[in-house]
Amino acid sequence: MDLSTTYLGLELKNPLVPSSGPLQREISNLKAMEDAGASAVVLWSLFEEQITHEQLELHHHTSVHAESFAEATNFFPEQSEYKVGPEEYLEHIRKAKEAVHIPIIASLNGKSAGGWIDYAQKIEQAGADAIELNIYKLATDSSKTSAEVEKDYIDIVKSVKAAVKIPLAVKLHPFFTSLTNISKELVDAGADGLVLFNRFYQPDIDLENLEVIPNVLLSTPMAMRLPLRWVAILHGKVKADLAATSGIYTEKDVLKMLMAGANVTMMMSSLLKFGIPHLADVLGKLKFWMEVNEYESVEQMRGSMSYQNVADPSQFERANYMKVLNSYR
Amino acid sequence: MERKKVTIDGNEAAGYVAYHTNEVCAIYPITPSSPMGEWSDQWASEQKKNIWGTIPLVSELQSEGGASGSVHGALQTGALTTTFTASQGLLLMIPNMYKIAGELTSTVFHVTARSIAAQALSIFGDHSDVMATRQTGFAMICSNSVQEVMDFALIAQAATLESRIPFLHFFDGFRTSHEVMKIEQLTVEDMRAMIDDELVLAHRKRGLTPDAPVMRGTAQNPDVYFQGRETVNKFYEVCPYIVQKQMDKFAGIVGRQYHLFDYVGAPDAERIIILMGSGAEAVDETVQYLINKEEKVGVVKVRLYRPFSIEHFINALPKTTKSIAVLDRTKEPGSSGDPLYLDIVNAISEQFNDGVLPFAYPKIIGGRYGLSSKEFTPGMIKAIYDEMKKETPKRHFIIGINEDVMHTSLEYDAAFTVEASQTFKGKFYGLGADGTVGANKNSIKIIGEGTDNFAQGYFVYDSKKSGSTTTSHLRFGPKELKSTYLIDKANFIASHQQTFLEKMDLLKDAIPGATFLLNTQEPIDKVWDTLPEKIQRDLVDKKMKFFIIDAYKVANETGMGARINTIMQTCFFAISNIFPKEEAIALIKNSVKKTYGAKGEKIVEMNFNAIDQTLANLHEVKVPATVTSKIQFMPYVSGNVPEFVRDVTAVMIAGEGDSIPVSKMPVDGTYPTGTSKFEKRNIALEVPVWDADVCIQCNKCVIVCPHATIRAKIYDEALLANKPETFKAVKFKAKDFGDNLMYSLQVAVEDCTGCGICIDVCPAKNKKEVRLKAINMAEQLPLRETERANWDFFESLPLYDRKKLNPAQVKDSQFLEPLFEFSGACSGCGETPYVKLVSQLFGDRAVIANATGCSSIYGGNLPTTPWSKNADGRGPAWSNSLFEDNAEFGFGFRLAIDKHNEQAKEYLQKLSAEVGGELVEELMNAVQNDEVGIYDQRGRVETLKQKLNDYKATNPGSPKASEVEHLLSLADYLVKKSVWIMGGDGWAYDIGYGGLDHVLASGANVNILVLDTEVYSNTGGQASKSTPMAAVAKFAASGKKMGKKDLGLIAMSYGNVYVAKIAMGANDAQTVRAVLEAEAYEGPSLIIAYSHCIAHGINMGTAMKNQKAAVDSGHWPLFRYNPALSLEGKNPFKLESKAPKIPLKDYAYMETRYKMLTKSHPHEAEILMTHAQEVVKNRFHYYEQLAALKGDNEEVKE
Repeated sequence: MDLSTTYLGLELKNPLVPSSGPLQREISNLKAMEDAGASAVVLWSLFEEQITHEQLELHHHTSVHAESFAEATNFFPEQSEYKVGPEEYLEHIRKAKEAVHIPIIASLNGKSAGGWIDYAQKIEQAGADAIELNIYKLATDSSKTSAEVEKDYIDIVKSVKAAVKIPLAVKLHPFFTSLTNISKELVDAGADGLVLFNRFYQPDIDLENLEVIPNVLLSTPMAMRLPLRWVAILHGKVKADLAATSGIYTEKDVLKMLMAGANVTMMMSSLLKFGIPHLADVLGKLKFWMEVNEYESVEQMRGSMSYQNVADPSQFERANYMKVLNSYR
Repeated sequence: MERKKVTIDGNEAAGYVAYHTNEVCAIYPITPSSPMGEWSDQWASEQKKNIWGTIPLVSELQSEGGASGSVHGALQTGALTTTFTASQGLLLMIPNMYKIAGELTSTVFHVTARSIAAQALSIFGDHSDVMATRQTGFAMICSNSVQEVMDFALIAQAATLESRIPFLHFFDGFRTSHEVMKIEQLTVEDMRAMIDDELVLAHRKRGLTPDAPVMRGTAQNPDVYFQGRETVNKFYEVCPYIVQKQMDKFAGIVGRQYHLFDYVGAPDAERIIILMGSGAEAVDETVQYLINKEEKVGVVKVRLYRPFSIEHFINALPKTTKSIAVLDRTKEPGSSGDPLYLDIVNAISEQFNDGVLPFAYPKIIGGRYGLSSKEFTPGMIKAIYDEMKKETPKRHFIIGINEDVMHTSLEYDAAFTVEASQTFKGKFYGLGADGTVGANKNSIKIIGEGTDNFAQGYFVYDSKKSGSTTTSHLRFGPKELKSTYLIDKANFIASHQQTFLEKMDLLKDAIPGATFLLNTQEPIDKVWDTLPEKIQRDLVDKKMKFFIIDAYKVANETGMGARINTIMQTCFFAISNIFPKEEAIALIKNSVKKTYGAKGEKIVEMNFNAIDQTLANLHEVKVPATVTSKIQFMPYVSGNVPEFVRDVTAVMIAGEGDSIPVSKMPVDGTYPTGTSKFEKRNIALEVPVWDADVCIQCNKCVIVCPHATIRAKIYDEALLANKPETFKAVKFKAKDFGDNLMYSLQVAVEDCTGCGICIDVCPAKNKKEVRLKAINMAEQLPLRETERANWDFFESLPLYDRKKLNPAQVKDSQFLEPLFEFSGACSGCGETPYVKLVSQLFGDRAVIANATGCSSIYGGNLPTTPWSKNADGRGPAWSNSLFEDNAEFGFGFRLAIDKHNEQAKEYLQKLSAEVGGELVEELMNAVQNDEVGIYDQRGRVETLKQKLNDYKATNPGSPKASEVEHLLSLADYLVKKSVWIMGGDGWAYDIGYGGLDHVLASGANVNILVLDTEVYSNTGGQASKSTPMAAVAKFAASGKKMGKKDLGLIAMSYGNVYVAKIAMGANDAQTVRAVLEAEAYEGPSLIIAYSHCIAHGINMGTAMKNQKAAVDSGHWPLFRYNPALSLEGKNPFKLESKAPKIPLKDYAYMETRYKMLTKSHPHEAEILMTHAQEVVKNRFHYYEQLAALKGDNEEVKE
């Protein structure tokens, strides 16, 4: 049985890839992921905004009270060098490449045009096998049209694509008016793959303290329905590899995504919940299911139940309540 | 050989040579010498090597006494060793200096000469400290300029090795230590050429080693001590010749020729001034001017003061000498003359008596000048030369002040100037927070290193830690700069803040045709009308050029925030045309890259952007032909002020303190308290505004306010009859106080620093708009007038009877009047809320001993001071002795007060018949453990005094008259007095620890408050033994490796010491309880108070959150250890914070002091943080075990 797949031009031994997450900060976890059967791994995101913020913060706090008082012209020892750029992240890529044999996909969230390109090049130089662009711009500015927002996405992909040679994936959110169109545009702009979907931190309200608080919830198995639909719709419509992420917990989730058309399936919440060995468990059960159901390869089932290949594609199109109504007839 | 030109200050110059020519630096921070040690530590952390290719060991000690001990030890074991110090620090080294000299040990101490604390402390420069060591046997060599500092540091090092006599190399604190000057930097080759390795090997060989054992430091008896002491004479005899030899050698290598005494002046000069230090350069400059006016004057600059070579001195004087004025920058009260004067008189006299004086016996007069960096100007120098022309000049004179008591001062022409017209002289007024000084330091470097000009920068700061004003004095030009005084004739003046226009006569020093640059938000067509009349008049009369920029607009648009440094610097270069515009911009950008490059590309990019945006916003304003303004400067003090405040304090506030005559000054350093309220600083752009509807009246904002500018009162509603229109009041919500009380929260907007900490802690949120709280920030200016009236009305409302309040409740405690208000502490200070709380609870009966440090500066730095008194005239009596002795100082208070109390009781008993047995009984046995008890006793004392006075009146000539008088003078001591000993962790954990320990062990009833910022805050963030593991501090640049000393645990080991660890931001109720308990405990009490600080690199407006996180992480466990409970058979230890609920790093990485290590030394940061977490866990576990111990009368706790 052949579990291999390709993603972003990378030959992968199976379709199980841990998606961007905090576990990857430890090299030992990367090794454990490889040992558990992961075929590639996406690192956590390098945030330009965070790097910029840290630079400004360090500068502010080390200089704001300087030269104000005769007895103390400053309050911190001068350091000849600070590692305030992406060095830590780049070093992690280098260490990861030394530690494991599976492909390392770096994740990048830029803020400025320069940041996207500069950091992408540095990531490439550090040895990453591919880059996943973690683009999100919450459109809170009412004067900005959806077309303008989308153009920003496309411009970023174009400029990064022009700057690096390694393959590029774009992690999308599901809130575009025309997801199909933007997907195509992004692929035309140079995306080698699309990752469906990005899950944002959703703020919550603390009633006791009347404060808005970040509240990170792990994805639940229910969350997979959204990417499942869009993987199925986009498969064959865009000339790019598809990665499915969100709510993938079991081998059955993996199978469904593959059948919908995913090249790889990415999981993180399940690993956070059950531990990295869970990956091996899913892989084992995936093999077992394929054996029992006499599938020869992942390639064979990929897209077999996509929008294009199912008998009634309208089922992917209809809104849920319509389906319910229909089923009563 | 072409040597690199560098633009550096004196401290860096001295540190540079000292670091390169030594193996060990043992140091302790003290102003103004601290940067020498800091540079050395930084170079060591950067792995820079000395001239032998090794990295010197730099070690911080617990005091200067400790540093000198370690220097002595390292020298005795053969290492080339140095230290850096000043003032009291140097005094603490004196015992070791005798030893080092007595043992003929080669070393150079580099000293930034500074005043000694006498009637008051002063951080500024004079020779009082070094002159106090002239008897130790150290050679003394003095540098007058930054170039000389570098040169003499090396000459001294070479000379000490050859002569074996230790050297004290000194230069003027601030004037030279902090003056930025373009100089030629000595090379490593120069240093190698000057230092003879054979002498180094010989020094090492003399070191103690068990491989060739000897002993030093024996005890000698009358039979041989004297002879032993005289063995060194031949070394002192030849020392001057060795120094001159090394000076000659230096001249051969470097080209600059120095002599033990350098003469400058007319070859046929008749009037000679003799002095040493930076003032000699101003005399040099003046002499050159006067010679051109054909005056026969000259100056002898004393280089080597000890050993004093009479021969070299006499040879330096011109043969035409008729009159000599010797100037001392020190004071030796009671002496027949100050030290240099006496040396010169002796030299002349000896030569005369020996018949070898090459001229007739001259007139010799001695003058004192320049104490505490008092200006020493050409006008003063000319006055001295003029005095010397007189037939009978003043034998002992003073120059630079108006000494109108003994009339010893000389008058001088303040307008007299000798500066070259081609020298650029610029004055820049800024705020500490806006980066003006940093920008000007950069400008001087750019000019110094980018042109052939000589360049000099000197920077003056005011005495406040918040909203401080800085003045930068920049000179450059083709002529060598010897002007070691402030600029008073400027051709460029910049005001980096619009608010300065309100009070400051900015253009008084402008010369005709000068340029004025103003940062203002006013547009070009309106700005003229906003200028005060005097400013307009100067612009018109002096035909000045006038430029404006809205630097804050540019800063906001480019992300610079409040830092307008680069913007104003760009304006300066654009206007002054020192370089072509493009070149100037390139140079500024290059400088930005050098300065900020290590901190990240974003910072560089942001500054570049600001530079690029500046020129488009810089405009020249055409100065109208006539003055139109009616605006006058705001008064510096307001309201009805006492005479002293009007005549002295207000003059100081106005920056005119130099004009105050001696007769107006207190003779013994005694000053009135409560003066800060007269200085309305108006430094906050935004201030808190109370929303009475939202307020829950918890008073948390009041307790945390660092400057006592937000206050609460409860009072009878009827008192509101004449309230100002906008004065706010609501019903007081606490029913147990009755129904008719009103509650007001009032802000002193003119005293507020705008830190916003009150808003951060406010727990009440507006239910309609949760971003709003019960207090919210609003712009100060529109509120100023109305809130001034509201504040005055609030002040007129009576205080609630403190006897009826329960001070153990946070809310009640904040209705007590603070007797510590409007200090000069940093905005958002973490120390002052505790200090203020003590003043509220016990201020009317407190005597305070304050260790030197932040708290003595914001508590006692003139012109105005925050300790105040209540309507009865009672309040804290405060004093600062030294840094190291504060516990002992306060212990002395206790001894005296106890003795007074005891004597009062003895007299009471003796006068029992006259006073009345019942009253005596009551006075003797009064219980004074609460406000009621205290007030009752005060009432009895009043009755007692009345009776005694009546007795006096009715029994003239009574044999008991003397006893009556004594009892009258001691009666107040029958009322309980509260002794407080306060200071920072540098004092309590390090330099004062020995004394603190002794006082704790004494059992005396004193209250010790340690304001623990975990770092030496006042001197700029050096590590103390309180600095926690993994935090960065100076001398712990790669993270503190050792854990913080557990001072509380050590104190608890005595068993009879009350100990509390508190953090107001984590638990204000525990804070109040602990402070009350500590004071009530009849024995030694130690309170260790977490004090957030600007040296932590945090947002001060939300710093109470850091306090909470420190407690939540277990870093700062809260506890009270009350020995009184032991007496009840209970466990005295109560742990009052819960087990750590957040990881240490979640707290630590809120603060730059920890976080920067992850950016500078990420690997070390990780290791140290892991270890520190373990330490926290283990310590908390230990505390839990302590808390679980069973008292004799207690059940076993689970």
